[in-house]
Amino acid sequence: MKVLELRGVTYTYPGAAGPALRDVSLEIAEGEFVVLAGTSAAGKSTLLGVASGLVPHFHGGRFDGRAEVCGMDLRQSGPALLAAEVGTLFQDPETQVVMGTVRAELAFPLENHGHGPVAVARAVEEVALALGIEALLERSTAELSGGELQRVALGAALAGRPRLLVLDEPTSQLDPVAGDELLALLRRLNEEWGTAILLAEHRLERCLAAADRVIAVEGGVLACDAAPAGFLAWARSERPELETPAAALIAGLGIAAPAPAGVKQARAALRSAGLLPEREPPPVEVPPPRRRRADPAAVLRLDRVWHELHEGRAILAGISLQACAGERIVLLGRNGAGKSTLLRHAAGLLKPTRGRVQAVGRVALLLQNPGDYLVHERVAEEAGRAALEQAGLWHAAQRHPRDLSGGERQRLALAIVSEGEPPPALLCLDEPTRGMDRAAKAALAAELERRSREGAAVIVATHDPEFAAAFATRAVLIADGRLIADGAPAELLSGGWYFATETARVLGGHAGILTAAQAIAHLRPSGAVLEPQS
Amino acid sequence: MTYLRRSTPLHAARSSAAIAWCAALVLAAFTTSNPLVVATLAIVVLIAGAAASVGRRVTRSLLLSLPMAVAIVVINALVAREGLTVVARLGNGGPFGQLDITAEALAFGGEFALVLIVVMEVAVLASAAIDPDEVLRSMRRVSFRSALTATVATRMVPLLALDSRRIGDAQRCRPKPGGRLAIVRAVTANALDRSLDVAATLEVRGYGGAQRPRRLARALSRHDIAFFCSAALLAALSLAWPASFSYYPTIEAGSAVHAIVLAGALALAALLPFTQRRGIER
Repeated sequence: MKVLELRGVTYTYPGAAGPALRDVSLEIAEGEFVVLAGTSAAGKSTLLGVASGLVPHFHGGRFDGRAEVCGMDLRQSGPALLAAEVGTLFQDPETQVVMGTVRAELAFPLENHGHGPVAVARAVEEVALALGIEALLERSTAELSGGELQRVALGAALAGRPRLLVLDEPTSQLDPVAGDELLALLRRLNEEWGTAILLAEHRLERCLAAADRVIAVEGGVLACDAAPAGFLAWARSERPELETPAAALIAGLGIAAPAPAGVKQARAALRSAGLLPEREPPPVEVPPPRRRRADPAAVLRLDRVWHELHEGRAILAGISLQACAGERIVLLGRNGAGKSTLLRHAAGLLKPTRGRVQAVGRVALLLQNPGDYLVHERVAEEAGRAALEQAGLWHAAQRHPRDLSGGERQRLALAIVSEGEPPPALLCLDEPTRGMDRAAKAALAAELERRSREGAAVIVATHDPEFAAAFATRAVLIADGRLIADGAPAELLSGGWYFATETARVLGGHAGILTAAQAIAHLRPSGAVLEPQS
Repeated sequence: MTYLRRSTPLHAARSSAAIAWCAALVLAAFTTSNPLVVATLAIVVLIAGAAASVGRRVTRSLLLSLPMAVAIVVINALVAREGLTVVARLGNGGPFGQLDITAEALAFGGEFALVLIVVMEVAVLASAAIDPDEVLRSMRRVSFRSALTATVATRMVPLLALDSRRIGDAQRCRPKPGGRLAIVRAVTANALDRSLDVAATLEVRGYGGAQRPRRLARALSRHDIAFFCSAALLAALSLAWPASFSYYPTIEAGSAVHAIVLAGALALAALLPFTQRRGIER
């Protein structure tokens, strides 16, 4: 039984120059777990929109071809009808919750479908238990964290027991712990309930292990439709930016084994080639971060900074931190740990309730949503020519800022905050890689490296360990407003479960190796081709 | 003016019972003209707020309404002409004529201000202690889409406030902040984007094909019964046994004993449901 069947679907958004999907044909069977891969603006979200009925019913535009979702013809059935069979989850948890309490939110789709009160009450209890959110049922949705909101939105999508679940980068705003929990939950739903999953995700290393199939979209066309190993082999030759670190590691070592979809398979491939490092004893207790002496080169000094809410908890609890010129620091920690608050204190947007913040020179802060900085009608009005040229955006000077791609908006916002003389001595970025594809992340890492070479200190708060490994010279871990670790990225990003790169997890934290390139250099210095040992 | 979930009898009562009780308090304030009774009601609502664990909010509403109350007393004293007991002569007030302040006008203004204070206190207590989702759910049987639109609008208000704060912070980070007009434009554009996102969410949750929900048969809890009875008693007392008090042309107070007994009875009827603390979720 098919839950999604597309035949020659071509779709153009209203007013768009060209189609977002071109002659797409595919089938998804009941119980399949399918990952949609592709760079930004490749057409993934549009394809998900077709599966949920938002395309073309909500967005309008021109739709050619034939689409059937759970046996319903898309031309006759809009998203409201499809919602009985298709659950949908978007990126931003805040805009996906429409009711005041969690219970009302979970009941909402069922009430819309005319279920009776008893059926609604039972389904709400069941879905809450299945997702482990029963303790939240009476809570106000306004009080929930991002991770909790995303779980509630998933609960609302699942309450009617849909046959197909459509998810558009659901983990992009979640910390690694919440992200992994959500993916584990999807896997369970897929295995135990038989729900077909169609998931678009940039961080493929997090979800390929659970997938039955991967569909790569490029320029609105299906470029690859294969099992994870087949997709990774295709990515290596055609789209290296879609290759996962574990696959790059195994291929880079020349191990003749299928490309690994996850850590387990990668370890098996290394083991069979005799390259898996011996399991190291658990690390000796890491001493707590020591108080550093005041460095004369420091451009930022936080001295026992507290941020206490009126009649509430302490968001920052006595944090001391200094950043020196040229340093590239990454702040890690769960949602709500205090990372964003720390950056706001550094930029002077907040005043500590206790402690002291000293900044030498200008501090530029780029908050989570670059769109918040863009208030004019043309890109040229947002920043001067020199800044736009440096950001590579002068060609777009006459365009509307909201028409730029995500990566371009990020560059423009960075140009806006760092424009002017003197240049910022400290650049702070809050979650700059949300929703970015790997190429855009690499470009951002290169840009930040350039700025740090020119003398600026850079602090980035992120949930993305791969980006942290590529960018940072120092890593700081924050939990409950306290600084709990401060050291080299090799120490911090190699030994953990959640705040670790995929390569580090494959190698079990061996030698502080974080990236596939480092691992290849370390494990195969001779450059010999390795065959699996029988 | 947002709902606060607390473990109190008022929160535990169904929304219809809580609304009926609040409406009865307002009715009592409007049907009596005796200042002693109205002042008692104002104090009763304060105590009820404390018993519902939202006392701070209700007290804040009282403090906020005080300037308005003073303004009402002053304006009424200046414009009312019906009183006979002059307490101050302010002379010729130009277009307003001779300005004589009478005791009757002051007393009537004071009583009206007290009624206003009671109404504001009750409104704040209701918004903090009655679950809006439940109210709207019960209203959905009458007009589904209107109730849902109200729900979504309620949800959008804090969301947009949060967005405005975020955009404001971003502007503070710019070396050259955008002009006021540009920021207003950005906030508006952002609100439209948000509305589109929420509209898309509503669609995929089946709103477009929404059907009228069926009635939920729910047994009355002890708190439902207590607040319904309290509301009925408040309404009966204030309608059937009002304490007489007239202001113009001279102040004529009815029986003081009657007023004291009525005030005591209203206070008892309003506050008794709060003594029942069984069956409240923690």
